Amino acid sequence: MATERKVRLLIGKVGLDGHDRGAKIIARALRDAGFEVIYTGLHQTPEMVVATALQEDVDGIGLSLLSGAHNTIFPKILRLLAEKKSGDTVVFGGGIIPEEDILTLQRAGVRRMFTPGATTQEVVDWVRANVPPRRR
Amino acid sequence: MKSKNGGRTSTLNSRALRDWEEGTLRPALDRKPERKKEFTTVSSLPIERLYVPEDLKAWDPGEKLGFPGEPPFTRGVHPTMYRGKLWTMRQFAGFGSAEDTNRRFHYLLEHGQTGLSVAFDLPTLMGCDSDDALAEGEVGREGVAVDTLTDMEILFQGIPLDRVSTSMTINAPAAVILAMYLAVAEKQGIPLDRLEGTVQNDILKEYIAQKEWIYPPAPSLRIISDMVAFCTDRVPKWNTISISGYHIREAGSTAAQELAFTLADGIGYVQSCLSSGLDIDAFAPRFSFFFNAHNDFFEEIAKLRAARRMWCAIMRDRFHAKSPRSWMLRMHVQTAGCSLTAQQPYNNVVRVTVQALAAVLGGTQSLHTNSLDETLALPTEDSARIALRTQQIIAEESGVANTVDPLAGSYFVETLTDRLEQDAWSYIKRIDQMGGIVAAIEQGFPQREIAEAAYVYQRQVDGGDKIVVGVNRHSEGDVLKTPTLKIGPGVEETQVARLRATREGRERGRHAQTLERLTRVARTRENLMPAILDAVRGYASVGEICDALKTVFGVYREGRVQF
Repeated sequence: MATERKVRLLIGKVGLDGHDRGAKIIARALRDAGFEVIYTGLHQTPEMVVATALQEDVDGIGLSLLSGAHNTIFPKILRLLAEKKSGDTVVFGGGIIPEEDILTLQRAGVRRMFTPGATTQEVVDWVRANVPPRRR
Repeated sequence: MKSKNGGRTSTLNSRALRDWEEGTLRPALDRKPERKKEFTTVSSLPIERLYVPEDLKAWDPGEKLGFPGEPPFTRGVHPTMYRGKLWTMRQFAGFGSAEDTNRRFHYLLEHGQTGLSVAFDLPTLMGCDSDDALAEGEVGREGVAVDTLTDMEILFQGIPLDRVSTSMTINAPAAVILAMYLAVAEKQGIPLDRLEGTVQNDILKEYIAQKEWIYPPAPSLRIISDMVAFCTDRVPKWNTISISGYHIREAGSTAAQELAFTLADGIGYVQSCLSSGLDIDAFAPRFSFFFNAHNDFFEEIAKLRAARRMWCAIMRDRFHAKSPRSWMLRMHVQTAGCSLTAQQPYNNVVRVTVQALAAVLGGTQSLHTNSLDETLALPTEDSARIALRTQQIIAEESGVANTVDPLAGSYFVETLTDRLEQDAWSYIKRIDQMGGIVAAIEQGFPQREIAEAAYVYQRQVDGGDKIVVGVNRHSEGDVLKTPTLKIGPGVEETQVARLRATREGRERGRHAQTLERLTRVARTRENLMPAILDAVRGYASVGEICDALKTVFGVYREGRVQF
């Protein structure tokens, strides 16, 4: 029987990009809003993120990317999740992402991209509305 | 009553102030209260309504200011400041391939820029080759990709290295990149003692803020001391470390934290070089600093003035350096990237102007002004030109460069300068009590303080307590779009192909021998630089050299990250 439980989220930094200011702020805002939040730390590969997501049984993955590598990294994460039969994990992200890339990424299955200027409250509200606990 | 400093009778004493408050101020406030209850800087320092002579009653200009070019250098490091020579306008550039960046360099030099500044891509900054698995998708994106000497030769083609000064923003693999630059100079037939430039080479702020590290702190500091020793001897005009607050601020610190952690890092480098037996007055004059110029105009000016005064005290009174050149804090400033907005991007030109003006009034030696589109992508040529023109307008039209340290003696600016200094000293004291900056980093202290400040600021912006025009105020009418620079996907393939060609074309076995020698030297206390230079000349790659050193030094892993 499914029981009500807290939504679990993984906030991650993938690749060589070390700009973790945004990721840490979002992780903390989500935790303060009552979610269970795991932060991967820096320099993760897509494989590492997906492995952590499965191990921690998270409902959503939020990735922060400021390096310009988003077009490589997001599709890879989505593919790896699908391969592990976890395609229902909600993937969202934020960072410096040009508008045309956002459309492409959303078509590929990234549910939402937050760009500079988004408030922590917007992120919290969106997650609350769009990341349900997965059925187990 | 005689005032302490001027010897004149001051009528603007505390009684006069009370009279003003009661007779003039209060009725005005009764009629119309102020806009807010509390006024604060962007870093949340409280700011008073009015600063008056009383605020500087115990303030001694002889001790706090002195004269420009003399200790404590509050008024600047040169006696004539910008009347003698304007600051160096140094725009950071680098993207895509070495050829692309080389073309941009020629363009900037033709447009009156006076120094070069190289941005490297993330794989290079992390000591990875372009064909490393971790480099996927990142080659040439945020800067130029450099794998081997081949790339460096292309990067500086047609640029006589004895006639430019070059700043290279590189940290963990700085010794390797500098060695490549020296090897290019050798090929151009230029003696090393004629080279001028800077490597950032500031690993401590990587652990604190920017997070582009390779080795743990102890071997990283050894590599840095070796490079400092080598340059002191062979490349005497090279600035060996650019001790950087910029990234600390970008990571979300307050102005006082930026000041404190940067100077604490400086103390760390001095201690490290001293303990490897170097003479302080031989190396300290080649240390320079790199600060951020954020939005809060006076807070930034105060920070830069306080930095000079504090470094003078640190070098003269704490480390007993003898040469006044060791006491001087020379700085580069860059306007705050994190203050720019993706919304209404043309507003950024105005932000950059205000920030650049603060840097100039703070007495910087060189300046990078950000381009209006830098929150969106690397700058286009047009936006990079506007950024450079901004500096030229400040330098040549505004008149602010006509006199030295024009804000000295301002009740407000001097009070704020003192306040930033005090706050920074108390951080430095806490760091000393922890056992120095490396111990503090290992305990996560600066990292936590910065993350906390970043979070507080974000909440203030989200709650409308701090205003960002175009984002949480005046956000209507975001119609102007700006073109952005695109990096083609071909860059990665071309770069990887060139790396492979270089590997195949190099003299058989030579680079392997040089790498063996390098690891051997790494296990001793011998200076690493000659072995690195040798490996570079044999076209060993950045990744190969860093990997060789990793086998001896290990790699850094960040402890549990608190958020």
